[in-house]
Amino acid sequence: MADYAVDQTVDITDVVCPVTFVKAKVALEELDAGQILSIRMNDGEPVQNVPRSVKEEGHKILKLLDNGDGTWSLIVRKE
Amino acid sequence: MSFSNEQMTRYSRHIILKEIGVKGQKRLMEGRVLIIGAGGLGSPAALYLAAAGVGVIGIADADEVDLSNLQRQIIHTTADIGRPKVQSAREKMEAINPDIKVNAYQTLAVADNILDLITDYDFVIDGSDNFPAKFLINDACVIARKPFSHAGIIRFQGQLMTYVPGKGPCYRCVFDNPPPPDAVPTCRQAGVIGAMGGVIGSLQAMEAVKYLAGAGELLTGFLLTYDALEMKFRKVKLPDKAGGCAVCGEHPAITKPFDYAPAVCNIEP
Repeated sequence: MADYAVDQTVDITDVVCPVTFVKAKVALEELDAGQILSIRMNDGEPVQNVPRSVKEEGHKILKLLDNGDGTWSLIVRKE
Repeated sequence: MSFSNEQMTRYSRHIILKEIGVKGQKRLMEGRVLIIGAGGLGSPAALYLAAAGVGVIGIADADEVDLSNLQRQIIHTTADIGRPKVQSAREKMEAINPDIKVNAYQTLAVADNILDLITDYDFVIDGSDNFPAKFLINDACVIARKPFSHAGIIRFQGQLMTYVPGKGPCYRCVFDNPPPPDAVPTCRQAGVIGAMGGVIGSLQAMEAVKYLAGAGELLTGFLLTYDALEMKFRKVKLPDKAGGCAVCGEHPAITKPFDYAPAVCNIEP
């Protein structure tokens, strides 16, 4: 289906800014470099801010998928 | 250790910082800091370290809260007058952050107990108010190889320095010996502006946090002085560790902690 395999998933739809990014950061911390994390987030503020913050931390954004239910999945490779 | 949603929220402003992050916050939560003195310096230090989630915080003080303390010792309230300072401090720290463990030692730090007091801690904060205690804490920390933050406040002035074994001079390298009794007034006699404890005690908490989290540069090899009336900070480079220092030099004369005679004070508190 895609050119990557997700190693871990984290759902940040249950928290609000800035804990959205914090929860994503904690999840990334638990992975090894090169592993892939899928971050499920709400539409709106999270999808505007979390990808940028994750990128600023130096990680690689592979894809942003619209789940069609008001949530998005950000696929990130830990660097 | 993984974070609960509550912890991620509580420590979010730390975890977001690149220099702290997840690793730094975990180190804080696994860290152990001893604060000697629950007074002007110890109050803000204890509050900030509790808020930061430092896992175990020890606080040592023999005194009870006095009305004259409340102008600057902001961890205590009017309702605490007459209660042991360490008990009053522990309650506030636990109220701020139930995640942490507070060890309260209602005792004066003296030569006989100081090595036992500091042994289980990663970092020591000198929040004492007299020269004998400051030299005692320095000697004990040098002997036990414990990093610590020295500070002193009087009137509108404050100073601090950080000692880390093998990284620069100790307090005794710089100051040699306590001044003769009564050459320097105690803050009881001389007075001290309340917020001075807030400024300098907060800087001590900052040093402890940076040490535990492994962030930035510590105040080793420097003395920072603050003059509130002139509104001047000076960061004074200290000479290298004194080879002839009586406690951290090559042939130390001081090999175990000892007590200087306490300063005599002729003014009632």
